[in-house]
Amino acid sequence: MAATNSASITVSGDLSVQYLLRIGDTCLIQAQRLGEWSGHAPLVEEDIALSNTALDLIGQARGVLTRAGQIEARQGGQGHDEDQLAFRRDERDYRNLTIVELPRGDFAATMLRTAMLATFFKLLWQRLADSADAELAAIAGKAVKEARYHQEHAADWVVRLGDGTPESTARMKAAIDWLWPYTAEIFESDAVDEHAAAEHLGPRWSDLQDDWRAELAAIAAEAGLALPADRPFRSTGKAGRHSEHLGYILAEMQHLQRAFPGGVW
Amino acid sequence: MNATQTGPRHDAGASAADRAAREAAAISRIERAWIVLDGVPDPEVPVVSVCDLGIVRDVVAGDADGLTVVVTPTYSGCPATEVIEQSIVEALVAAGLGPVRIEMRRAPAWTTDWMSDEGRRKLREYGIAPPGACAPTQAVPMRFMPRPRSTALACPRCESTDTERISAFGATACKALYRCRACGEPFEYFKPI
Repeated sequence: MAATNSASITVSGDLSVQYLLRIGDTCLIQAQRLGEWSGHAPLVEEDIALSNTALDLIGQARGVLTRAGQIEARQGGQGHDEDQLAFRRDERDYRNLTIVELPRGDFAATMLRTAMLATFFKLLWQRLADSADAELAAIAGKAVKEARYHQEHAADWVVRLGDGTPESTARMKAAIDWLWPYTAEIFESDAVDEHAAAEHLGPRWSDLQDDWRAELAAIAAEAGLALPADRPFRSTGKAGRHSEHLGYILAEMQHLQRAFPGGVW
Repeated sequence: MNATQTGPRHDAGASAADRAAREAAAISRIERAWIVLDGVPDPEVPVVSVCDLGIVRDVVAGDADGLTVVVTPTYSGCPATEVIEQSIVEALVAAGLGPVRIEMRRAPAWTTDWMSDEGRRKLREYGIAPPGACAPTQAVPMRFMPRPRSTALACPRCESTDTERISAFGATACKALYRCRACGEPFEYFKPI
């Protein structure tokens, strides 16, 4: 049963808002997961790298969630701000991809997931830089440079570990077997995608699939890894139906704003 | 973002002389503001000013006495953004140029190519290698390690180009960590973006 809390907000079902929530929430939850590595990464350089990557993602999430709230207001809705959207929704109102809410796993899984996501975001931001929504285009113009750097860094690690010792290769293989089925969700198009494409807000995510696959194949080839066969399984985080893991993330992430709604430093 | 008034309002009935005087005063306020801003340090790399960094995009006089300063963020999640805004407002108000409004403008996205030559010189003298020219990254095919660097980075201390990257990320979002093999010193590199 969905948790109820008097402080929860309800967000507009407007399709443009939903499209932006998918982007903002995926950045936000991925950042929260990467943040778990702070102080725990195997090398101090990577500790810094993961925190810096998380910071960029939080900045991107702030921009996109703020824009989602502005569009919500323009459509006659409530017009929530970035903090309300990040901290005051119930689990089913989050629209992030399931892959980012899965437990962080080991360093190999973290780097593989980051490479998969950064590759996707790089392609998405490139297209969003031409969005009919000038504010979203401006956010994308900055974010694409950051995503490119994340991709390069994480893909280096996929190659280094995949083509490394028997131990690192085994871990990278396990990571790809675990995570690959969750990537199918990214490219499942629905009414939200169709609306975004029709309004020139952004691309259907399915339009990015071929380029994403080609880049992942290049990384995997360099790492000596095989991409697993596609399976019929589809995760459904984008539609608000999440894995059992998101609730725990939100419990930690939302604690302060739930206890003290609207609290600021 | 709200549109900003870019010049003094032209009141009907105001004499040409009044108008000219007000325009001259606005121009002088803007010029003074740029001088003040050139003394506002970046909080994370205090050797360079916010103007050296190229993040102050414009200063415009409002219709009243105020000024609007247009700034652009360096990185999406740069934690210094709010501090920078606050320092700009404080410096201008202290110089008697308030009230000041900050307008955050994201497009076009900031690039290290906007950093002034003066800023690059200051960085080098401070021990941070200034950013190289921004490569047209999108045109370059993706490469994973080993990735040859197009131009060798010079050590800001001994100028040797026998250097290596030891960390892709650094103490702030805008820097990476390098080491000079010639003099043995580690140094920071302001990443081109």
